[in-house]
Amino acid sequence: MEKVLLKNIENTNSADITEYQKIGGYASIAKALEKERKDIIEEVKKAGLRGRGGAGFPAAMKWTFASGDPKFPKYLVCNADEGEPGTFKDRPILEKNPHLLIEGMVISGYALNAEYGFIYLRGEYPDAKHILERAIAQAYDRNFLGDDIAGKGIVFHLSVHQGAGAYICGEETALIESLEGDRGQPRIKPPFPVNVGVWSKPTIVNNVETLSNLPYIIEIGGEAYSKIGSPECPGPKLYCVSGHIEKPGVYELPMGTSLREIIYTHCGGIKGGKQLKAVIPGGISTPVLPPDKIDCPMDFVNMPKHGSMLGSGAVIVMDETVCLVKVCYRALKFFEHESCGKCTPCREGTGWLRSILERIEHGEGQEGDIDLLLSVSSNILGKTFCPLGDGAASVVQNFIKHFRPEFEGHITAKTCAVEG
Amino acid sequence: MLNETAIKELQEIRSKYPSARSALLPAIYVAQREFGWLSEEAYEAVSEVLGVPKAIARGVGAFYAMYKHRPMGRNIIQLCTNVSCMILGAERLADYLKSHYGLVPGGTTEDGRFSLVIMECIGACGTAPAMLVNDEFYENLSEQYIEEILAKFT
Repeated sequence: MEKVLLKNIENTNSADITEYQKIGGYASIAKALEKERKDIIEEVKKAGLRGRGGAGFPAAMKWTFASGDPKFPKYLVCNADEGEPGTFKDRPILEKNPHLLIEGMVISGYALNAEYGFIYLRGEYPDAKHILERAIAQAYDRNFLGDDIAGKGIVFHLSVHQGAGAYICGEETALIESLEGDRGQPRIKPPFPVNVGVWSKPTIVNNVETLSNLPYIIEIGGEAYSKIGSPECPGPKLYCVSGHIEKPGVYELPMGTSLREIIYTHCGGIKGGKQLKAVIPGGISTPVLPPDKIDCPMDFVNMPKHGSMLGSGAVIVMDETVCLVKVCYRALKFFEHESCGKCTPCREGTGWLRSILERIEHGEGQEGDIDLLLSVSSNILGKTFCPLGDGAASVVQNFIKHFRPEFEGHITAKTCAVEG
Repeated sequence: MLNETAIKELQEIRSKYPSARSALLPAIYVAQREFGWLSEEAYEAVSEVLGVPKAIARGVGAFYAMYKHRPMGRNIIQLCTNVSCMILGAERLADYLKSHYGLVPGGTTEDGRFSLVIMECIGACGTAPAMLVNDEFYENLSEQYIEEILAKFT
């Protein structure tokens, strides 16, 4: 498959506008501006583009809602708050291919009739901030941003808004709160951001990877794009693979590539020829899978049928030396730390789950602890404002579902059979 | 008080947003850089330039992990210990920082040279274990490599 999102990144100057234009960059803006706004949305619909942030919501549907709202101005926000543990797929776009994202945002801004865009960038990516700001300045210089884009009177202004270390701000309503200068706590929905978003105006929040698909969709057309990868959610997909793997990294492959193929064909298999013990396929919030369940197409539609989710496409590979009780405990420490505190099941529940897992991990587990973990989990699941609580609960449920004997072993033997 | 350059910088940031309140996060970053940490004085400066009440500024600032509410060392080590880094040895590296530099999570060395902050995923999972020192990424860490890196900082 031709590289779309990671095109030219081996070039050490790929983040420079001249290099980007040399390989045809920014050509899609002129092509897009010849079309009616609604025709671009139609093209995205034909392409079948789904949001790459984790939820997989059809992009064109979101766009149609926002563009149908009579309120102005409208805002386009790029979610670059890549914080799901295991995820580093947007980083190469931000650091090595920033103009692809900018071009995608200009096209999206035009389609949505939005004149202002913000890139909400996580605070932990200081390099990306400088690179994006330089790229934005270059794009202004060459008239791809500003008050008269490409001499067609189209207005689009873009700037970077730096987050400050809060996982929850990846949730779009929390992100909007943060962009408005508030604590990043999710809002109740409805109203949805497409109608009442940042500064109470219609707002589209799309992931970096989603927006970076736009130039290519315009270039080859929605129809041709829809032929790439899974028919139900087409396109190229970035998979970022970490852990005990021979060749970790970010891989651009057709959407729906199987988890087994990603691990064994593209990434060279398990590090040091060890045995695979478990895989988290889509970032830490997605259900863990045992080795016999990895023949699954990695896309938004098929992963749920195989007991997990595509999430952010962040594959964490764990070999036989890993204690899964410890991994589960570390995951819950994370969720407790990142819970925003707004709603009780998540704020209290993540703390209790962490505390029970901590005592099991430390050889102080009690009989009945596994049932207690499941009971607390079910009291979180489906009862929280946003998906953070659901993620925490389902992590616990799935680790226990697939690896219960390991938890039982810790409780009865008061020690870890893997690590001693 | 902030110097004139910083005030001008804040006003420029302010102009990018439809409301002063929205400039709060970037403004707190500027204050943190200028004052070294977010003292009462730092929040007073933010409040004054943006016209946002100090209590609001402080309340918002307290939510975010990257804002520092006490004095920090001259160099900040931000070590990731989330799952991808953990399974590749991040805990061993935290132990090493403790035994060789006397650094505990959240602590600062006696000479004020380093502070250690434990991070929740810094997006360097493919090159784990990883850390940031100030604004620089350091990846594929080992004890020996950490020693080499830290020798560069005074």
